[in-house]
Amino acid sequence: MSDTLKYFRQDMLPHIWCPGCGHGTVTGALVRAIDRLGLSKNKVCIVSGIGCSSRAVGYLDFDTLHTAHGRALAFATGIKLARPELKVIVMTGDGDCTAIGGNHFIHAARRNIDITTIVMNNNIYGMTSGQYSPMTPKGMYGTTAPYGNLERSFDLCELAKAAGATYVGRSTSYHVPLLIDLICNALQNKGFSVVEAITQCPTYFGRKNKIGSPVDMLNWIKDGTINVKAAAALGPEKTKGKILIGEFHNEPESEYTADYDALIARVQRKYDQFQGGIYGCASNSD
Amino acid sequence: MPKTAKLMQGNEACTIGALAAGLEFYAGYPITPSTEIAELCSEELPKVGGKFIQMEDEIGSIAACIGASLTGKKAMTATSGPGFSLMQESIGYASLCEVPVVIINVQRMGPSTGMPTSLAQGDVMQARWGTHGDHPVIALAPGNVRECFDLTLRAFNLAETYRVPVIVLSDETIGHMREKVLLPDPSDVHPVKRAAPTSPAGYKPYEADQDGGVPLMAPFGEGYRWHVTGLFHNEMGRPTNSGEVADRLLRRLERKIEKNADALADYAVESIDDCEIAVISFGSSAMSGLSAVRRARREGVKAGMLRLKTIWPFPEAIVEKVASKAKKIIVPEMNLGQIVLEVERVVGCRVPVRRLGKVNGELFRPEEVFAAIMEAR
Repeated sequence: MSDTLKYFRQDMLPHIWCPGCGHGTVTGALVRAIDRLGLSKNKVCIVSGIGCSSRAVGYLDFDTLHTAHGRALAFATGIKLARPELKVIVMTGDGDCTAIGGNHFIHAARRNIDITTIVMNNNIYGMTSGQYSPMTPKGMYGTTAPYGNLERSFDLCELAKAAGATYVGRSTSYHVPLLIDLICNALQNKGFSVVEAITQCPTYFGRKNKIGSPVDMLNWIKDGTINVKAAAALGPEKTKGKILIGEFHNEPESEYTADYDALIARVQRKYDQFQGGIYGCASNSD
Repeated sequence: MPKTAKLMQGNEACTIGALAAGLEFYAGYPITPSTEIAELCSEELPKVGGKFIQMEDEIGSIAACIGASLTGKKAMTATSGPGFSLMQESIGYASLCEVPVVIINVQRMGPSTGMPTSLAQGDVMQARWGTHGDHPVIALAPGNVRECFDLTLRAFNLAETYRVPVIVLSDETIGHMREKVLLPDPSDVHPVKRAAPTSPAGYKPYEADQDGGVPLMAPFGEGYRWHVTGLFHNEMGRPTNSGEVADRLLRRLERKIEKNADALADYAVESIDDCEIAVISFGSSAMSGLSAVRRARREGVKAGMLRLKTIWPFPEAIVEKVASKAKKIIVPEMNLGQIVLEVERVVGCRVPVRRLGKVNGELFRPEEVFAAIMEAR
């Protein structure tokens, strides 16, 4: 406890999340991963958007940025490109990341910019009290899906991989040791990393879908998921309908801000007569 | 450096002005008629160790600029009407969180995609009120190519001084026009360095004099570990639902600009002292206005010109002064009446104000303004 408490702004506690919410578990997992890797508090910057997930950053004792809905990755891109030496983490939710922020998500992945994105997927818009999101499974209920959700949901990990993320994994608020391991791996990948963390929202998603108490929801998550390695052994018949968890993709590629620094070095070698000064472009244009 | 005159485009002069101000970061999305700024930044920034990124849209562009600015870098984006609309959300964010950022809006005809990419000056009110909620903002309007340099440089200095988004309200004609320009000697260029705290100990990120004070801004990554949020926040930057704290914050933000309105006011006048018919304009419209005023003078009409370089906060004092002398005021602008609303507000019923709006995408011909002057005699 004392090890992790030092990463929190204790004057900001207690948090605003509902009793039984899984977001605190995910936040705790992130802090434990940071602790395990021994990252300097002064060199980690955590960015969020809007929604229940976004409130996590206010509790964390780092440079933290609580931005606009869906925009966390765009703000984080500016921070990382401006100061590549900082470790930049984005905490986002299913609505924030995959609906309003979907464009920024796929383009951050495409660039392979070194940002670790943790998506707290509770399958619902919690902050606005229970509307269906792009991650609400088809047929399940929300306050704007009173007759059941007609829309298909994203497989966020497949989306991330297809868009170019170089590290992708999924765990849950039930499978905490796995979640910490995945976040550690993601933080160590020099590139765009995505960890989806399925979390329980007993207040809205659980209630609208009659799943029960927070403990019932955790059991529901446990029973609905299977580790990707176990699934491979069992085959598709026996794992039908289960959500895979574990590490799905870990293939480092050249990273955007490192490539940009190399570009600067290349350009500056070419313009080695460049004297700087304010009218540089007037005297150096070719 | 030898003082050599150069043939230069307005957009180019904006970029050189930004580099002179110490631009280190540019994020943008292609849109005519602003794109030359992005192109030049992509070429020049790496030479000085700066960063350029082409984002997925204008929403991401200004967000990335704000992120970069929070690390202590001077950041800018450039766009035109449709992109400016998309940036409004984060202009509000920068206002509330007090993050310096410069936005160049090379105006084109709207609404919507409009008539790409003909001239208009239709974003005057959007520059002031485009984002939701009360918020402080500064907008400057260059009237020639050299001023694109000067006002972009000034935009950075004001953004850093007051910790506000500053909008350079250029337009298609000013941005694409080429003129012979003699830039100031580098020793006469004075970029403002952002005021920063000296130690994390006891740092309160939003502690400032209630009478329009500007708090010290710590760069991310230097051990201050502060929190930035688009929620109303207290002196520590912590979110609050206290109406009292929110009221104090919003009033301080407004006061930052309001209290410095006189220092912020920038304009050019010609033949104002004895003028009976005053033309008040800005940007490209003012070029036609000035030409018309000079012709009227040659023909014995006591016309005068006030060209606004600061649009927001609206330079009330000089408009007051003009209104105290002139018998009639004409306001040519490439829209259906935006800056004229402010002129009318200041002038009241004392002097008749003629709205001279034009929205066909073509700059006023001097004779159009001249005809209005002659009618007003």
